[in-house]
Amino acid sequence: MGERVVKLMQGNEACVEGAIAAGMRFYAGYPITPSTEIAELCAEKLPVLGGKFIQMEDEIAGMAATIGGSLAGLKSMTATSGPGFSLKQENIGYAAMAQIPCVVIDVMRAGPSTGLPTAPSQGDVMQAKWGTHGDHPTIALCPSSVREAYDLTIRCFNLAEKYRTPVFLMMDEIIGHLRERIEIPNSDEYEIFDRLKPKANDPNYKAYEVQRGEIVPRMAAFGDGYPFHVTGLVYDEYGFPKTDTDVAEKLLCHLMNKVSDNADDIITYEEFETDDAELVIIAYGGVARAARQAVKECRKAGMKVGLFRPITLWPFPEKRIHTLTQKTKKILVAEMNLGQYVIPVHRVKMPDSKVFQYGKVNGEAITPEEIIAKVKEAY
Amino acid sequence: MMVKERKKKQLKTITSWCKGCGICVAFCPVKILAIENDKVQIVNPEKCTSCGLCEMRCPDFAIYLEEQEDETNG
Amino acid sequence: MSQGSQLIQDNFRSHRLPHIWCPGCGHGVIMRGVAQAIENLKLDKTKVCVVSGIGCSSRATGYMNFNTLHTTHGRALAFATGVKLARPELEVIVITGDGDCTAIGGNHLIHSARRNIDITTIVFNNKIYGMTGGQSSPATPYHEKGTTAPYGTIDPDFDICKLSTGAGATYVARSTAYHVPQLIKYIQTGIAHKGFAMIEAVSGCPTYYGRKNKKGNAVDLMNYYKENAIDIKMADKLPPEKKEDKFFIGEFTREEKPEYVSEYQKIIDNLQKELTDHE
Repeated sequence: MGERVVKLMQGNEACVEGAIAAGMRFYAGYPITPSTEIAELCAEKLPVLGGKFIQMEDEIAGMAATIGGSLAGLKSMTATSGPGFSLKQENIGYAAMAQIPCVVIDVMRAGPSTGLPTAPSQGDVMQAKWGTHGDHPTIALCPSSVREAYDLTIRCFNLAEKYRTPVFLMMDEIIGHLRERIEIPNSDEYEIFDRLKPKANDPNYKAYEVQRGEIVPRMAAFGDGYPFHVTGLVYDEYGFPKTDTDVAEKLLCHLMNKVSDNADDIITYEEFETDDAELVIIAYGGVARAARQAVKECRKAGMKVGLFRPITLWPFPEKRIHTLTQKTKKILVAEMNLGQYVIPVHRVKMPDSKVFQYGKVNGEAITPEEIIAKVKEAY
Repeated sequence: MMVKERKKKQLKTITSWCKGCGICVAFCPVKILAIENDKVQIVNPEKCTSCGLCEMRCPDFAIYLEEQEDETNG
Repeated sequence: MSQGSQLIQDNFRSHRLPHIWCPGCGHGVIMRGVAQAIENLKLDKTKVCVVSGIGCSSRATGYMNFNTLHTTHGRALAFATGVKLARPELEVIVITGDGDCTAIGGNHLIHSARRNIDITTIVFNNKIYGMTGGQSSPATPYHEKGTTAPYGTIDPDFDICKLSTGAGATYVARSTAYHVPQLIKYIQTGIAHKGFAMIEAVSGCPTYYGRKNKKGNAVDLMNYYKENAIDIKMADKLPPEKKEDKFFIGEFTREEKPEYVSEYQKIIDNLQKELTDHE
């Protein structure tokens, strides 16, 4: 194992490095603050690697071309922020329906609308889950450090390829623009998952048939020799549009179940001082850093406080949060919005546990002091 | 001198694909087609000149010329 | 079981036929023309990718036996751009409609043309939104009717060919569902052309456009195109009165300009050369 390269890096930059390490060779996007560095770095780095970068005419096209790149066989990515994430929802739904692996990085800024373009927020958490119409699976990861932005971008690609669905990296502007010294892991320190392809010249290949023991259909690329069809309509195992009720139900259930049945493989989280905690703070992304500091201060002051940090926002880590509330009767959700992630916490908590929320939407990051003050109120 | 023999072509229809729009009937130069019961009929097959205009303009691919392998010397 | 002519058997998913289009719809004629052009060019069919958007025209991809991608409304060119850039050896053809291409997809059209990316776009222009039941489109002629223009449209229609040329397309032609040999020739030329090619294929919608505007049935629409289309080569030779209320077909633009994917490849090649030179 070689020595790790140490670099001072911004969260946005770490995403690009992680994506390239994961094998990303196609980027299509549109400039938007505060994610633009991701596009700029891809424009610079991809052609050096023989990859492709294209600045599209709008956010919608950026998402569409990303899907096209993936269908042509390249690991593909785009990045944006809230307003662009809204525009991308149409084709995010398409990728979910047609089961096209791709990664979307959303560097969250304060909204709604143009809002505060350079200020941090976590206001897109529910948009990631519900932004596009119809039932569809959602996988969304959220980094709390620059190193984690690197690691989770790799993981986003692995999950996208494994489950054939768009995967989101929901990064708040705090982490996107945070500069930290990180050790870049060597390539033998992480796993890379590539989509399963059909056997060469398989005459029985059906583009959307799930083979026994596998999770998703094997995916050929356009040009590989299989003249298959891809559509956003309800389709059968060949990929052809069908209006039969049983075909529709089977497909929709497959889309949802491939993720929900494998939630344990997808969900990761981190806990800090939760074992004996009488109050657990749930915080993610940049806010989790302040929350961790708050836990330390509270412990010093004699309060039994812990931190639960979901790294996978979606699927929701409901089993663990449910178990937590069996012994911890107070939960404080701290997030840079007016109450989004707290909603499913309410849904899964034990009936006798209390859930509080601290939200902040003025464009400033949540501080440890603010969290401590809320802990004291609730404790 | 070798004269390349022109293969005889036979006009065929696929009734289940025909939607009876009448384009082939209207533009057949020798007027050998008709719509009967909403489907194309070849009423005068012997007059067909194998021009292929019906095949070219049929929106439903329901009429076409097929080469007759066995009758090249006919 | 395969049915139909050799052309149909070799280029279509014939088990999925008959198609969903109405009796007399020009789209079938044009779709067959696209297949004939591909056949004439003897393209490797595993390297042909046909991309479509949403609407009547865009159902074509479901029937054509190539790598086919039926996308979202208006976005075919954006998806196609991703496919083409990621895998340049693919021959990428976009099938779209007048509404799909020039209304909701107008931005993608002008930017694809501007980049001069090597994609051939065939607009099945039936001058109306057929799939949703006959609403006026940006190609509905001025003062003609649709269900959303019951008193006639007051917004002038796009000249799709002029629009494409203006935006930078380097091959632009128009034909109709009646003028099939020309149509096939233009599609063929467009595919062979290196750069963005636009072929406007004027189609007939007897069900909505024809009925709403009292233009008759499928045959009447075909006759209308037969009698009112003038070859652009004749434009200067005819007196003005012979051109009144007529429209032009033919090749309007044909020029060579740097093509996007090749230009990008040059950047890659130069960077690789720099890297090897350093070694």
